[in-house]
Amino acid sequence: MNQVLGDKRAILILLGPALLMYSLIMVIPVVWSFGYALFRGNLIEGFTYVGPANFVRLFQDEQVASAVRFTLLYTLVISTGQIVLGYSLALFYTFVLRRSSNLIRTLVFFPVVLPSVAVGLLFSRLFAVAPNTGPVESLLNLVGVAPFDFFAGAGTAFWVIVIMDLWRSMGFYGVLLYSGLIDIPVEILEAARIDGARGWRLIRSVVLPLSLPVLVSAVIFSLNASLKVFDTIVALTNGGPGYQTTPITLLMFQTSFVYSSFGYGSSMAILISVMCFAVTAFIFKYSRRDLTEGKAA
Amino acid sequence: MAGVVRLSPPTTLHKTAGSSWSSAVQKFARGIPAKLLILVLLVIDVYPVFWLVSTSLKSTQEFLNTPFWALPRSLAFQNYADAWTLGRIGLSLQNSLVVTIPSVVFILLLGAAAGFTLEVMIWKGRNTVLLVILGGIMVPVQMILLPLFTIYFKIGLTNTLWPLIFTYIGHGLPLTTFLMAAYFRSVPRELFESCTLDGAGILRSFFSVGLPMVRNGLLTVALLMFFSTYNDLLSALTFITSRDKSTVQVGLLNFQGEYGSVLYGPLFAGICMTVLGTLVVYLFLSRQIMQGLAGGALKG
Repeated sequence: MNQVLGDKRAILILLGPALLMYSLIMVIPVVWSFGYALFRGNLIEGFTYVGPANFVRLFQDEQVASAVRFTLLYTLVISTGQIVLGYSLALFYTFVLRRSSNLIRTLVFFPVVLPSVAVGLLFSRLFAVAPNTGPVESLLNLVGVAPFDFFAGAGTAFWVIVIMDLWRSMGFYGVLLYSGLIDIPVEILEAARIDGARGWRLIRSVVLPLSLPVLVSAVIFSLNASLKVFDTIVALTNGGPGYQTTPITLLMFQTSFVYSSFGYGSSMAILISVMCFAVTAFIFKYSRRDLTEGKAA
Repeated sequence: MAGVVRLSPPTTLHKTAGSSWSSAVQKFARGIPAKLLILVLLVIDVYPVFWLVSTSLKSTQEFLNTPFWALPRSLAFQNYADAWTLGRIGLSLQNSLVVTIPSVVFILLLGAAAGFTLEVMIWKGRNTVLLVILGGIMVPVQMILLPLFTIYFKIGLTNTLWPLIFTYIGHGLPLTTFLMAAYFRSVPRELFESCTLDGAGILRSFFSVGLPMVRNGLLTVALLMFFSTYNDLLSALTFITSRDKSTVQVGLLNFQGEYGSVLYGPLFAGICMTVLGTLVVYLFLSRQIMQGLAGGALKG
């Protein structure tokens, strides 16, 4: 039995291709990126060894600091929005609509499958002021707001990004968290209700703790996705006005391919990875104490 | 779907002496906030797409001179023809499918085989290998972008679609392997053991028993991988330097950059085509897609 289940040749045939692809596309390039970070230059000019200079520059570069600040602010706002809206939707599906929630769940979910560039371009037109006054601008004008360009100011551009990304993802988080809510045993809710827990109190003391594992997974996923935001912002504002809506991922892309500095770009890639790892490890560790099952991610 | 939860108290306990008519009114009145919320959700989600479709059928003159709520006076299907040829949406769609389909097939094949080897088969070191592969789930694409660009550039692949296929397969494998291993875990081990007793080699039990047993899982992961590949922008923007090879996402971006401020109608038509394409897929497979995308996030 174990001879067959441990057949060396079969292991090689089944695992070999995957392991080869994984090594070539993931493992080697990751190690290589760490190497690149110690050099300055690009493919055309060649590379010179500069040691940790790229990392020193990383911490002094005002543009990096502003991109990191933007990314963190974006992540904070978007992840909070995604979890709050998603959880509200999930509660709405589970407790108000109950069995008839299928259609509305399906409907609110769909934007997440749309190509992100298409969504970005759509929202740039929805909020446009020229050449044609878009729907949002028209409605604002109707209630007496003077015409202005959403994409001319960093603040308003930021909020358009937030609205777009929440529009895109809230249904997704609704479904994600809903899958945690419907797993709560009915008996527990009945028991809590008999003990006098109602409404908000029932949600806070019974529903929330019981759906915590799924909630933690959703938070980790949301934070990671937000820290790596790229497509929608490229399509909507392309980092503008100026660099004011440039996340660190876009800055890394521009540094590498517009300014052709592979070494500096690699050090930014490492920064992105470190940010994702740190956030995940933090949430994981922090939430573990409360988790009875402790298998969130 | 286990245990649909009920929050409201059983109605029998709370029924007052009132007539059934007034309780019906009460019931309806209590339902109003929920119905209102549904209406708001509907408008928020559907209206932008409706506006997109209606604007895509307006001529440039009409787009500039009528308010946003006006419906198109005549249907300007020429916009779609222009988007298809001038905006190269047709070519982009073709490129996207040429990249996405083989990528997803190979991700599934390699990932399922790896998941099977790591979960069902028994050998020394499999936990270490599993851990190394799982580590890949956390690696952002940015970490592999520059070295891969260097490799593809050096071996002269930068003007083909191969770099995308390779990158998607490599980057999609960790999550797929992990998810497939989880699906194989739920297949009773006795099944593979009895296969072996019946004289089947392990390759045979993988292809004839293992894969059919996890076919639901395969579909779920396939959809997850399809959308993450089809909707990728970063890799496509990096590795594709030639206009003729752009995928849907890059194609739209180029179209916007080149004609976006002149050909309004065709741009809307282009966005519309890519959006409706995915919507049609979603219409038929919404349940599996929701399951796949949510499952990938929960376990990833």
